[in-house]
Amino acid sequence: MMASSYNAKEEDGQLSGAAGSGGVGAGKSKKPDNTAFKQQRLPAWQPILTAGTVLPAFFVIGLIFIPIGIGLFVTSNNIKEFEIDYTGIDPASPCYNCSQTLTWNSTKPCVCKIPFTLEQSFESDVFMYYGLSNFYQNHRRYVKSRDDSQLNGDASSLTSPSKECEPYRTSDNKPIAPCGAIANSLFNDTLTLYYINPNGTESLVPLQKKGIAWWTDKNVKFRNPGGNNFNLTAVFQGTSKPVNWQKPVYELDTDPENNGFINEDFIVWMRTAALPTFRKLYRLIEKKNNMIPTLQRGNYTLDITYTHFPIQCSDYPVRRFDGRKRMILSTISWMGGKNPFLGIAYITVGSVCFFLGVVLLIIHQKYGNRNNSAEIPN
Amino acid sequence: MDCSLLRSLINRYCAGEENWVDSRTIYIGHREPPSGTDAYIPQRYPDNRIVSSKYTFWNFVPKNLFEQFRRIANFYFLIIFLVQLIIDTPTSPITSGLPLFFVITVTAVKQGYEDWLRHKADNAVNQCPVHIIQHGKVVRKQSRKLRVGDIVLVKEDETFPCDLIFLSSSREDGTCFVTTASLDGESSHKTYYAVQDTKAFRTEQEVDTINATIECEQPQSDLYKYVGRINIYQDRDEPTARPLGSENLLLRGATLKNTEHIFAVVIYTGMETKMALNYQSKSQKRSAVEKSMNTYLIVYLCILISKAMINTVMKYVWQSDPNRDEPFYNHKTDSERQRNTLLKVITDFLAFMVLFNYIIPVSMYVTVEMQKFLGSYFITWDDDMFDSELGEGALVNTSDLNEELGQIEYVFTDKTGTLTENNMEFIECCVDGHVYVPDAICNGQILTGTVGMDMIDSSPGAGGKEREELFFRALCLCHTVQVKEEESVDGIKKGLQPCGKSSSVYISSSPDEVALVEGMKRLGFTYLRLKDNHMEILNRDDDIERFELMEVLSFDSVRRRMSVIVKSSTGEYYLFCKGADSSIFPRVIKGKVDQVRARVEHNAVEGLRTLCVAYKTLAQDEYESVCKQINTAKLALHDRDKKLAEAFDVIERDLILLGATAVEDRLQDKAADTIESLHKAGMKVWVLTGDKMETAAATCYACKLFHRNTQILELTTKRTEEQSLHDVLFDLSKTVLRHCGSLTRDTVSGLSHDVPDYGLIIDGATLSSVMKPTEEGSSGNYKEIFLEICRNCSAVLCCRMAPLQKAQIVKMIKTSKEHPITLAIGDGANDVSMILEAHVGIGIMGKEGRQAARNSDYAIPKFKHLKKMLLVHGHYYYIRISELVQYFFYKNVCFIFPQFLYQFFCGFSQQPLYDTAYLTLYNISFTSLPILLYSLIEQHVNMDILKRDPSLYRDIAKNSLLRWRVFIYWTLLGVFDAVVFFFGAYFLFDNTTFTSNGQMFGNWTFGTLVFTVLVFTVTLKLALDTQYWTWINHFVIWGSLLFYIIFSLLWGGIIWPFLNYQRMYYVFMQMLSSGPAWLGIILLITISLIPDMLKKVICRQLWPTSAERIQAKRQCLSVEPSTIFMLSQTSSSISF
Repeated sequence: MMASSYNAKEEDGQLSGAAGSGGVGAGKSKKPDNTAFKQQRLPAWQPILTAGTVLPAFFVIGLIFIPIGIGLFVTSNNIKEFEIDYTGIDPASPCYNCSQTLTWNSTKPCVCKIPFTLEQSFESDVFMYYGLSNFYQNHRRYVKSRDDSQLNGDASSLTSPSKECEPYRTSDNKPIAPCGAIANSLFNDTLTLYYINPNGTESLVPLQKKGIAWWTDKNVKFRNPGGNNFNLTAVFQGTSKPVNWQKPVYELDTDPENNGFINEDFIVWMRTAALPTFRKLYRLIEKKNNMIPTLQRGNYTLDITYTHFPIQCSDYPVRRFDGRKRMILSTISWMGGKNPFLGIAYITVGSVCFFLGVVLLIIHQKYGNRNNSAEIPN
Repeated sequence: MDCSLLRSLINRYCAGEENWVDSRTIYIGHREPPSGTDAYIPQRYPDNRIVSSKYTFWNFVPKNLFEQFRRIANFYFLIIFLVQLIIDTPTSPITSGLPLFFVITVTAVKQGYEDWLRHKADNAVNQCPVHIIQHGKVVRKQSRKLRVGDIVLVKEDETFPCDLIFLSSSREDGTCFVTTASLDGESSHKTYYAVQDTKAFRTEQEVDTINATIECEQPQSDLYKYVGRINIYQDRDEPTARPLGSENLLLRGATLKNTEHIFAVVIYTGMETKMALNYQSKSQKRSAVEKSMNTYLIVYLCILISKAMINTVMKYVWQSDPNRDEPFYNHKTDSERQRNTLLKVITDFLAFMVLFNYIIPVSMYVTVEMQKFLGSYFITWDDDMFDSELGEGALVNTSDLNEELGQIEYVFTDKTGTLTENNMEFIECCVDGHVYVPDAICNGQILTGTVGMDMIDSSPGAGGKEREELFFRALCLCHTVQVKEEESVDGIKKGLQPCGKSSSVYISSSPDEVALVEGMKRLGFTYLRLKDNHMEILNRDDDIERFELMEVLSFDSVRRRMSVIVKSSTGEYYLFCKGADSSIFPRVIKGKVDQVRARVEHNAVEGLRTLCVAYKTLAQDEYESVCKQINTAKLALHDRDKKLAEAFDVIERDLILLGATAVEDRLQDKAADTIESLHKAGMKVWVLTGDKMETAAATCYACKLFHRNTQILELTTKRTEEQSLHDVLFDLSKTVLRHCGSLTRDTVSGLSHDVPDYGLIIDGATLSSVMKPTEEGSSGNYKEIFLEICRNCSAVLCCRMAPLQKAQIVKMIKTSKEHPITLAIGDGANDVSMILEAHVGIGIMGKEGRQAARNSDYAIPKFKHLKKMLLVHGHYYYIRISELVQYFFYKNVCFIFPQFLYQFFCGFSQQPLYDTAYLTLYNISFTSLPILLYSLIEQHVNMDILKRDPSLYRDIAKNSLLRWRVFIYWTLLGVFDAVVFFFGAYFLFDNTTFTSNGQMFGNWTFGTLVFTVLVFTVTLKLALDTQYWTWINHFVIWGSLLFYIIFSLLWGGIIWPFLNYQRMYYVFMQMLSSGPAWLGIILLITISLIPDMLKKVICRQLWPTSAERIQAKRQCLSVEPSTIFMLSQTSSSISF
């Protein structure tokens, strides 16, 4: 009933009928062209998937995949990763107090210090991530709650943001810049890392904040309004800061290259994560010289400075929805961070292919000849 | 179409209900009849405008849209689109609106263009000038202004502008010749007769003085039926009434030939002409594939709905925790919060539906349609099915049934003209037991004397001589053959072209008659012409004998005979009757019946067509009473046919048998080979014929329907006379079922000696008693037993069938409990009913006109072409479309199932996994062309092999590639692949980085990764299935992958100013810059393809189908020729 649709054959019949005198016999007595295409005799390669032809493929896949897998697995294992949960669920945790809403002193930001020890030194560049879990950055209402043209520096969108930003579109009758739920919920814990020298003194580990966002995002997709006008205060005149923010967008950083919409922390946050448990790049720790590892083994403290959350009256509040906050230190290889999955999968698939190759070989030997010999006399 | 019919109906009723009468009265030339005649009921007639167009400029848009959205598929997509517009849905309305818009626009443009052409054609027809007579003068008028009652003048080679009653002709005998090629395709010239009393009015002035009224029935669509009456008023006398029949009716669309001009009066105009009434489209046939496709669609609709329901329920379970529903970072707007819960649930459900709606893609319909439409060109292009004699190849009237050609289980074929050439040749005649054989086909000269006659029996005596000549005269007179003096007849050109002494050609709608008249010519009696109602015969002494033709009791298939009444020059009245033996013998009272019967039966066994000839003399008063009978019957307006038949029945009685004739109908080229192939392909072939049992059986042996060792079961009147039908049926079924056990499925060869091969012969009378419900209501029983017998017979011959019975048989088999797919093939008008009834109707462009070809789904020039049609084209179309259907469902499961899984990770928020562009273009461009191309040119086995080995056809019997098992396999494969894509990407992304610069990817990269794997996997899966790689396949498959990459690069490479989001900006390129993404893509594609590859290989190795065996064999062989070639090379070099 459905598929008999998109044609008009009945009409075609009518057409020739309406023409009336149009001869039926005339004109059609043309011999069809004898081309290879029309006669369906185009030259063609006709491969057949038989055990014989597929066998080598399986072995080749096996032989290629297993070494790749081993390589990936080894690479992944060589990556050093350190992870620390600082949500402060456990009352014994140093961050417990800060994460309790009631004990919060709203005048002074709460700081908690978590000591930790690196058992191994991190030799190459170290990447510092913060991780959140149970945080649905991929919720539809959340994902679309942004205005890309506003973020791209469009003047009209700055003053009248897209409807998608509701309910974070205006506050106090002024348009919010940057509008939307994503921007509003910008992660605002400040993480700092101290190395505790063997003599007990703390030395700040230098964290670099440039290069954490995609180059194209930073340079093309995100732009401050007003072009080259570095006086962001003036540019953002007439807009309101997102309700959860303490500072307006033009005070995110003192560096004009990293302020406003092109603040890299902001850009990183704006790239919504695919899954509810995610990590985002926070800082880079570059290797200074070849002699000293980037992070020596030893004791460190992680200082978390909580920023006042005006509406919520708490820290960055993940505990209500059973969320977790983590800090991750990781080195990176050519294949990214620590992920044994790819290596294991390659090894498994390679071995399975190899095994299937053997099975097929047996089948081929046992039944293949019988089939062929039985058929040929026919 | 329906509309036009409706319109004319409305017109009629608008004219006033009370005016609606069964007949109409027409005043010729609008001249009022003398007063005192019947009360005149004024009727309003439509003007002569033909409206074949469906739309006008103003109503095109609304009407076309309405028409299009009446189709369920379109309507479904419209609803989805509207839902997207109304509620806040995950995907933008563009994603479904664009394809829908595209489809609708293309269809609308196509239909609009067609309608424009139709308007143009209509205008051309409506405005073409016609000549009408007004006040004794010829006036030009536009065709559309013709009114009922006008008198028109039609000149040679003009087309009749409406339905006309023929008043007079420029020919003296008041006849004219007409071809109806554009109506029914018959290009032979037909003779029409002017009304007797008006044929003398030859000039405009004279014609204008005709004072007559015509009473006739209201228009009806049967081209060959017309009843009316003309009342001619002369000098205030009582009017003379004359019957009008279809021989007086000139139909719109027919063309006047060989006649200078004619005058005729308009009776039906515009949309009421028979041509217009015949526009009704045939009922649509649907193929088995389409039916399974629709079933699958319902399954998928259920899947879609259940997916949406699961997700809706899960959503509400999940967000029952307010911290999940509205965490601090993701508040709802106030209006969202305040919305009614029920409304929210419905909205969510609809949103999920929209998100998953791609599982039933618009593009599938478009692709299937395109495949069918374009694919059918291969049939018309096929050189092997081109007949150079006819100058025509195969014709496709419906492309909807292409794949059904690969599913045929029963073939019902006509005999005459289908299995046989319908190229009749007079073989012999038998007069009172003396057999005359004309000298072998003209070797240079015609023998006019008795010398040429080869008497088998002893020479007849003096009385015999007289009888003999009477017999010859009878055959010379009893026919409706016309003599065409000059050449230029493009119809049936039968005659004496190479060796005739005159250039005359006999033309008739029945080839038998031509053969007979020609045979008589060879025996010395030449029919010269019909002149002034006198038939002229050149007898053996070169004298011209003239007989006045008084009446023709024309042939019909119920009576199976025809008669003429002639008056000899000596004033005697003769009635000559010729017809099938069964219809003549019962009416014979005198003559050597037994000898003739013996000869007839002998000839029938030889496979010759026999006719018997009888006569009787009529006295003057007898003739007059006969005349009266016929005329009263002819004048009747209602039930004229029945009354005529009754009259004929009375007249054709008490005949004296003269003799019988035998005409040979040669088998068509390769008919036997074709039937044998069909048998080997597992089809059951039934021959349905109106012929005698013996003749038909002989033909069946000749064309190898029955073999020497076929055990023939007879179910004929002869047997049922001896036993009751009940007993015969049970006997037969016992015989058949005894061997049922041994009849294993594996009778592939069908010729093995140990398994008896049954053939059944049944005749029309017995068949109708089998089908007829008996008093006890046990007809179902008989039918069942009969079907059971038929099922076990490889061949069935049904003889003595009426046209309608043919259709009944087809219907009976069609509706039997296995619902087999049937095919009917025939060439004549009597096969039309069965062609329309069968699943697939095939017409042969034969000699008996083109009605069968016109009503068929496919038309082929010769029976032998059926072999390629079914075994090659049917097979290909079937495997192509079944793969198309399965693949379409598969690729959309692969496409949508990851979205479904993603909902579990995004809080059931209807977040789409893929970008809008990908959602829209996946089915339209990324994956559409390879499968379309596959479905057009795939060939798993060479066509020569398919033709050589018909048993391959059994591979695909019973819709085997669309069984539930196969469907479930494909669906599960789709689900597996989808799971691999999704979780593969999930584990790659899971809380880790996979770039070498430590930067993170977002959800769009995740979707793009899944999508990339998806596009590659489904395309490569098709590549694995493709077994016929032409350069086009390479181009399209690799081209569409390349297109995907280029598109993605472009789509992500620019900040698109018209979009309000830039989420895809650089996503694809960033993904490609990451090594693990590449490795992941390769890995996931490999994992997805392995199971299918493995299944293919193992199935081929362990349970190969016969096609696969052939392929393997071919591969083995393909190695050999080169070796042989090399060997021959070496041997030849050695010998030198």
